[in-house]
Amino acid sequence: MTGPDLRRIGDIAALVRAGGVSPVDLVQGCLDQIESRPRVNAFIIVLGDRAMDEAATAEHEIRAGRWRGPLHGIPVAVKDLIDVAGTRTTSGSAVPSTEAAEDAPLVRRLRNAGAIVIGKTNLHEFAFGTTSEESAFGPVRNPLDETRSAGGSSGGSAAALAAGMCFAAVGTDTGGSIRIPSAACGTVGLKPTYAEIPMAGVVPLSTSFDHAGPMTRGVADAALLLAVMKGASHAAMPQPPRRLVLGVPGPLFCDRVEDDVAAMLARVRGALEDAGHAVLDVEIENARWTADVYLHVMLPEASAWHAPLLERHASSYSPGVRLRLEMGRYVLAEDYLRAQALRRALGAGVDRALDGCDALLLPALPMGAPPLGAATVEIAGRTEPVRGAMLRLTQLFNMTGHPSIALPGGAGRDGLPRGLQLVGRRRATGRLLAVAAAVERQISGGPGSVGGGTG
Amino acid sequence: MTSRIDTWLAAAVADAERRGLPELKPLLEALARSTEALRAAEAELRDRTGPGAPQAGAGA
Repeated sequence: MTGPDLRRIGDIAALVRAGGVSPVDLVQGCLDQIESRPRVNAFIIVLGDRAMDEAATAEHEIRAGRWRGPLHGIPVAVKDLIDVAGTRTTSGSAVPSTEAAEDAPLVRRLRNAGAIVIGKTNLHEFAFGTTSEESAFGPVRNPLDETRSAGGSSGGSAAALAAGMCFAAVGTDTGGSIRIPSAACGTVGLKPTYAEIPMAGVVPLSTSFDHAGPMTRGVADAALLLAVMKGASHAAMPQPPRRLVLGVPGPLFCDRVEDDVAAMLARVRGALEDAGHAVLDVEIENARWTADVYLHVMLPEASAWHAPLLERHASSYSPGVRLRLEMGRYVLAEDYLRAQALRRALGAGVDRALDGCDALLLPALPMGAPPLGAATVEIAGRTEPVRGAMLRLTQLFNMTGHPSIALPGGAGRDGLPRGLQLVGRRRATGRLLAVAAAVERQISGGPGSVGGGTG
Repeated sequence: MTSRIDTWLAAAVADAERRGLPELKPLLEALARSTEALRAAEAELRDRTGPGAPQAGAGA
């Protein structure tokens, strides 16, 4: 008989409700972890006293039988790109920011379900980067190896989760910013269907591509948080088919990855096939256009939002972020519209690849967490910029809006995690989560599983 | 009429230098290469699918 997994919200929330675990102890435990790992630099703002007060209130409410919901008493971290009442939304920037008068709707929903916001996490400035190094509050360090990046832009959220500083976190994802740090830190990150979670009260990067989503330690927790954040009454995760059919998009997605990632994918594929699931090779048509289409939508949308701030506070931006935003001001309107039109063809290509499949299976990152400060990485004998490499496998699904989730696929020879990615059909996030839960069980559970494997 | 990329690039680099941002030049050159690829993709799609192919402005 196995006991409850006290890393997972589903298990611990039941104990909290039954009075077996105190929310005060949960919050104090998270605060202790934050204090013990200052170099990780996961948080910009720690709401210690406020969180402890809320935990004491939660404890009284639960004792009195006033259970507020499935997150009652659970410490949650929020990316500092999202409004939390009474705190400044810094976006990881020295550009002047204001104090939020009210919670973003997604934060309000978390609180209504009983969550305690323990703090606001560090990020790549204005979510415009993949390493969480360019932050006015210093770089986020990967808690599994402090010489490595935690990924980004939601690097603080993934690092906080991996280091036990919270039980769940909220991130945003414009080109991979939930899935990339999840892969780098060995956690689960869900980019839901486009517009499934309200983006009010979230500083935008590119409104066509921006998504908010949960970051957790398991797929069931991601389903729980998604339900809360979208305002649903319960987590909708239908039973997956007994025999999954997964499509592996080889060209451009699995053929330019480091050896440890290729080995991880082969192990997972083999384990799924051994368990009776079908894994097919598929192709995503036109995928080679991805980076060019992405650039011509994301850059001008980001620059348009930042234009007034760039006029007044240019010197307050990190130099790299400022230059990328300035570059976006030169994209011609005709090319922005061309790129928006080409998105349809890319979306149709993903739909066709998913035809007959329950989900696509591919890596989330072509490598493990890169060293802090690295400008380039060598992958499969080719040197490429870190930013482009980290976005390469995730950004397509921001453009097409398909739901997508990163989950740990096992460790490389360096002991650091390698991330898997599953992509579901349009507007079928619940179904994707069900498939992901089945794959997660296959990877991490029982004899013959592959979760602990090394390169 | 479609804007010529070389004309656009020269104007963009000159404007960036006038604004005191000469370090933008390599980024703008990379953007120009990407724009060239984007337009080639549009032409390829139009050739493949005929006049009903997505037109600029069709949205997504």
